[in-house]
Amino acid sequence: MNDSDTIAAISTALGGSGIAIVRVSGSDAIQIGDRVFVLAGSSKKLSDMPSHTIHYGYVKDNGKIIDEVLVSLMRAPRSFTTENTVEINCHGGVYATRRVLETVLKNGARLAEPGEFTKRAFLNGRIDLSQAESVIDVIQAKNEYALQNSIGQLRGSLGREVNALRERILYQTAFIESALDDPEHYSLEGYPDKLFLETSDLLKSIDRLIATADNGRLIKEGIQTVILGKPNAGKSSLLNVLAREERAIVTDIAGTTRDTLEETISLGGITLQLVDTAGIRYTDDVIEKIGVSKAQDKAGTADLILYVVDSTADLDENDEKILPLLEDKKVIVLLNKSDLEPVLTLEQVKAFVDDRYPVLEISAKEETGLELLENTLRKLFYQGDLSFNDEIYVTSARVKSELVNAKYSLNKVLESISMGLSEDFFSIDLMDAYAALGRIIGKEVGEDLVNEIFRRFCMGK
Amino acid sequence: MSQVEEFVDVVIVGAGHAGCEAALACARLGMETVIFTVSVDSIALMPCNPNIGGTSKGHLVREVDALGGEMGKNIDKTFIQSRMLNQSKGPAVHSLRAQADKSDYSRSMRQVLEQTEHLRIRQLEVTDLLVENHRLVGVKTYSGSIYHCKAAILCAGTYSKARCIYGDVSMYTGPNGLAAANHLTDSMRSLGIELRRFKTGTPARIAGYSIDYSRMEEQKGDEKIVPFSFTTDPKSIQKEQVSCYLTYTNEKTHEIIRKNIDRSPLFSGMIEGTGPRYCPSIEDKVVKFPDKNRHQVFIEPEGIHTNEMYISGMSSSLPEDVQIAMYRSVPGLEHAQIVKNAYAIEYDCIDARSLKLSLEFREIEGLYSAGQFNGSSGYEEAAAQGLIAGINAARKIQGKDPLILDRSQAYIGVLIDDLVTKENLEPYRMMTSRAEYRLLLRQDNADLRLTEIGYEIGLISEERYRGLLKKKQLISEEIERVENTFVSDQEKVQQLMREHGSTVLRSSASLGELIRRPELSYDKISPIDSKRPSLPEDVCDQVNISIKYKGYLDRQMKQVEQFKKLETKRIPETVHYEEISGLRLEARQKLSRYRPVSIGQASRIAGVSPADISVLLVYLKHLND
Repeated sequence: MNDSDTIAAISTALGGSGIAIVRVSGSDAIQIGDRVFVLAGSSKKLSDMPSHTIHYGYVKDNGKIIDEVLVSLMRAPRSFTTENTVEINCHGGVYATRRVLETVLKNGARLAEPGEFTKRAFLNGRIDLSQAESVIDVIQAKNEYALQNSIGQLRGSLGREVNALRERILYQTAFIESALDDPEHYSLEGYPDKLFLETSDLLKSIDRLIATADNGRLIKEGIQTVILGKPNAGKSSLLNVLAREERAIVTDIAGTTRDTLEETISLGGITLQLVDTAGIRYTDDVIEKIGVSKAQDKAGTADLILYVVDSTADLDENDEKILPLLEDKKVIVLLNKSDLEPVLTLEQVKAFVDDRYPVLEISAKEETGLELLENTLRKLFYQGDLSFNDEIYVTSARVKSELVNAKYSLNKVLESISMGLSEDFFSIDLMDAYAALGRIIGKEVGEDLVNEIFRRFCMGK
Repeated sequence: MSQVEEFVDVVIVGAGHAGCEAALACARLGMETVIFTVSVDSIALMPCNPNIGGTSKGHLVREVDALGGEMGKNIDKTFIQSRMLNQSKGPAVHSLRAQADKSDYSRSMRQVLEQTEHLRIRQLEVTDLLVENHRLVGVKTYSGSIYHCKAAILCAGTYSKARCIYGDVSMYTGPNGLAAANHLTDSMRSLGIELRRFKTGTPARIAGYSIDYSRMEEQKGDEKIVPFSFTTDPKSIQKEQVSCYLTYTNEKTHEIIRKNIDRSPLFSGMIEGTGPRYCPSIEDKVVKFPDKNRHQVFIEPEGIHTNEMYISGMSSSLPEDVQIAMYRSVPGLEHAQIVKNAYAIEYDCIDARSLKLSLEFREIEGLYSAGQFNGSSGYEEAAAQGLIAGINAARKIQGKDPLILDRSQAYIGVLIDDLVTKENLEPYRMMTSRAEYRLLLRQDNADLRLTEIGYEIGLISEERYRGLLKKKQLISEEIERVENTFVSDQEKVQQLMREHGSTVLRSSASLGELIRRPELSYDKISPIDSKRPSLPEDVCDQVNISIKYKGYLDRQMKQVEQFKKLETKRIPETVHYEEISGLRLEARQKLSRYRPVSIGQASRIAGVSPADISVLLVYLKHLND
C-alpha cells in the first residue's frame, strides 16, 4: 500500500509469445536496473543512459547470466506510471522470465499488487479521470481473480503447509506475549533455547518450500487440460502416451486425488497441466459417482478439454452427458482407436458436436495422429485462442517472495536469540514472518495474536 | 414549582478515573466545569484490584502524566508497594505497577478536585441529556435541576443499569454496593445511541487476620522505587513498603468448583453480558484450562487503614457457600473470613464505534464519552480516555482542533483507535502486543513523546516544559558525543572487554559500537569513557537505550513512516460511500457506518479489504482533481 516504493511484475501474458516484459516502476527502478543488468560491450551503467533508450545486454544474478535481454529506460515523469521505469524484454522463455523477475525482487523491488501499475498511473494523473471507474473495475477484477486463483492453487498441500507453519509461529509468539503481559504467571526461563530449535525447524520447512518453488513445482503451471470421455475410450492410454513421449514430464503433484490423475507435460513446446478423469457414465457405484462428479468439476475450470471418443463403439447416452460439459470451452475431439475397425466415422462425430470443435483421428495405442494434435494445439495457442493463465505466474512469484520474506524474518529471530536480546524482540520478527506467510494465502493478521493468547494461555487477575 | 437552572461550560457525568481526569483537564484549561457523582465518597474509587499500572497499563499512566494528567501523581502520593515488572526483558516491556492504599488514593484525588479552580463537585445523578439539533445543550438531574452546558462528557463507568450477581443473588447496584444509575441510558437510547451489555467481576475480600501468610510466598516491593510521574522526585518516595503474598489453587479447589458449576449464574442464564477473556473468573479458568492443576492466587492489601485483602486470581460469581468452600481450600486461606463476597457485575455501555477519534459522539455534537462506559476496562484505560475527552471538550469550546494521538505516538492512540475503529466483543484491555510500534512507545520515554504536546495544550507548566527541552538536548548531545568518541586497543580497554566477556578490540571502535554489544552498556563502559559528563540518571537511560537498540528502533521508525503515509491521507467527511461502485457491499456498509477519517483508519476496519482501500484511494484522487 506504499505508493512510492518500487514495484515489479511480469506485464505481458506469458507463454503466448516468445518475449515477455518484466516492468519495474518506482523511485529506485533505475538503481535496481543497475544492480541486475549489464550492458553488452560497454562498461557503462543503465543509469548513465539517457531516457527513452533501449539497451542490449544481460540480466545477471550473482554474476551468473540469467537471460539475454533488451532493456528500455524511461525516466520520470515520462512513463506509463510517471515514475522511473525500466522494462526488461526477456527472450529466454517462461522460466528465464520468472528468474529475471525474482532477481529484480531480490534487488529491492516489491512484487506489484494486481492492477497496481494502472493504479499508480491513475493516481499520478497519467490516466484520464474519466477512466476512474474502469481503473476501479480493473483493481477489483484482478483482485477477485488473484484471490480465486490463489485459493484454487493453494487449497492443496501448499496451503495446508503454510497454515501449519503460521500456527506454529503464532503459538510461540502468543507464549512470549503472554509471559510479557503476565510475567507473574508465565516464565520465559530457558525459553530462548527452545525457540531457537523451533525457529530453525521452521526455517528448514520454509527452505524446502522455497526449493520447491525454484523447481517450478510449487504451483501447477501450464494450460489446465482435462481429458474427458466415457469409460474405455482410451483416455488413460492417451495420457500415458503423451507422458511417455517424454517431452519433459515435470512431476506428479501432491494432493492428487485417487480418482483424477495429473501430469505436467510439454507438447510442441507448450506446457499442459494434464488431468485424466474417471470415465463419465451413468452409475450407481458410489465411489465411481464421486469420480464422475470430480471429472465434471475439473472440466468446469479447464482451459482446454481433450474429448476422447471411442471409434469402435456407437455414440450413446454417456456421450450425450459429456456434450454439455464442452459448452464455452476450447475443445479438441480425438477419435481414438483409428487402428481398429471403426463403427463411428469422422463425419458422424463432427455432426455430433455440431462442427464446433476440431476432430482428429488418432490411435493412442499405435501412437499415430499425435503430430496432428500437436499442430492443432499450437494453432489454437498462437492464434491466442488459448492462453496461459498468467496470474498463476504472478501467484507463484508472489508465493516465493513471501517465503523469502518469512525466511528473512525468522533468521532475524535466530540472530536476536544468539545476540542474547530479550524475548520481546523475538516476537516482532516472528509476527513479520507470520504476516508474510499470511499474505501467501490471503489472510491478514488482525486480532490473531490477541485471540491466540487468550485461547492458549490462562491470563489475568 | 421553580426549577434550579445553572450555566456552565462542561458537565462531567461520573467521578471515577475517567471523570476525574476529564474534569481536571477541562477546569485547568479554564472551563467552568461541574462533575457529578452518585456519591462524593466514591470519587476515584478503585472497586476492583488495589493497584495502578502493570504491563502496558503502566505505559498509559506515564502517558497521562506526560500530557499533564493526574493519575501518576496521585498514585505516587498513595502507593504502599511498587514494582517494575519485566526488568529482565527489553526496555519496551518494562512496566511499573504500584499497590495503592485505596482510601488514600480516593481521598487524595478528591482533594485535588476540590482545590482546582473552575471545578465544582455535585452529588447528583444525571438522568437526561438535553439535545437540540444534534447538539448537546445541557443535562437534567434526578432532582429536576438543569445544567446548561456547551459540552458534556459521559464517564458513567459500570454504574448504568448495573446489576451485581453471585449464585442466585442479584442486586441492582453499582460496584461495591453503590447506587446504580438507572436513567441515563434510557435517555441515550431515546436519542438513538446504541447500547450494549458488558460484564466483569471481582474476587472476594478476606479479613487479613484470618489469613495464614506463613503458608504463602511473600512478594516484596522493589528496593529502588521508581515514581510514575515525571514530576515526582524519586528520592521523595523511597519508603517502607507492604508485601503481597502468593499462593495457589489446587485440585480440591477445582473439584469444588466443578461440582457446583451448574449453580453459576452464567449457566442459569442470569448473566447476559459479555465478559473479558483476560480476567476470567476462577470457574472460567477451571473449565477452559482443565489441564492446569493449579492457578496462581495473589493476596494484595486493600490499604494500610484496613485489613481487607484482595484475592487476585479468584474472581467468581458462584454462590456464597461455594465461595467460602473454594477460598478455604487454598493454602493459607483455610480459616478465611470473607468480608465482601466475590461478584459479577453487568452494566450498560456504548459501542465506542459511535464515537470519533476525539471521543465525541459522531451524531451528537458536544457530547463525549470516556472510560469503562466506552467498553474498555481498567482504571488506567479509563483515565487515559478521560484526559483526552476532557482536553477535546475544552478545545472544542475554544474553537480548536481536537487532540488525536495516533498509533505511533502513544498507547493512548492505540487504545482509542482500537476502541472506535474495531469491533470489541468484550471489555477492552490494553496489552503491549496491541501496540505495533512498542519499541518506540516505551514507558521511559513518554515525556519525550508527549510532554511538548501537553505544553501546547496548556496542561504542562512552563517550568516543566523547559526541563523537558533541557533533557532532550542533553540526550542528543550525549548520543552525538558517544557515537563520535573512539577508543583504541589499549590495555585498559581490552581489560574491560575481558571483564565483561566481550571480544577484545582489534582496531579502534566508537563507544557507540561497544554499547551495542549485547554484553555491554552505557553504564558498563564508563571506566573507559574519560570525558563523560555527569548526567541525570534518566538521561543516561535514554542514551543507553537509543544507542543499544538503534537497529531495531530505526526499523520501527521506518515502519512508522509507512504508517503515517496512510494516516495522513484524509477522507473528507462528505464522502458518499454509496456512490463508489467499485467497493464491495460489506466495505461500503462498514465505511458509511463508521466513517473513518483517514485511509489508514479505514484499512483497520474489519471487512474492508486491501482492494477496497485501493478503490477508495482512486476515488479520493478523482474527487480531489
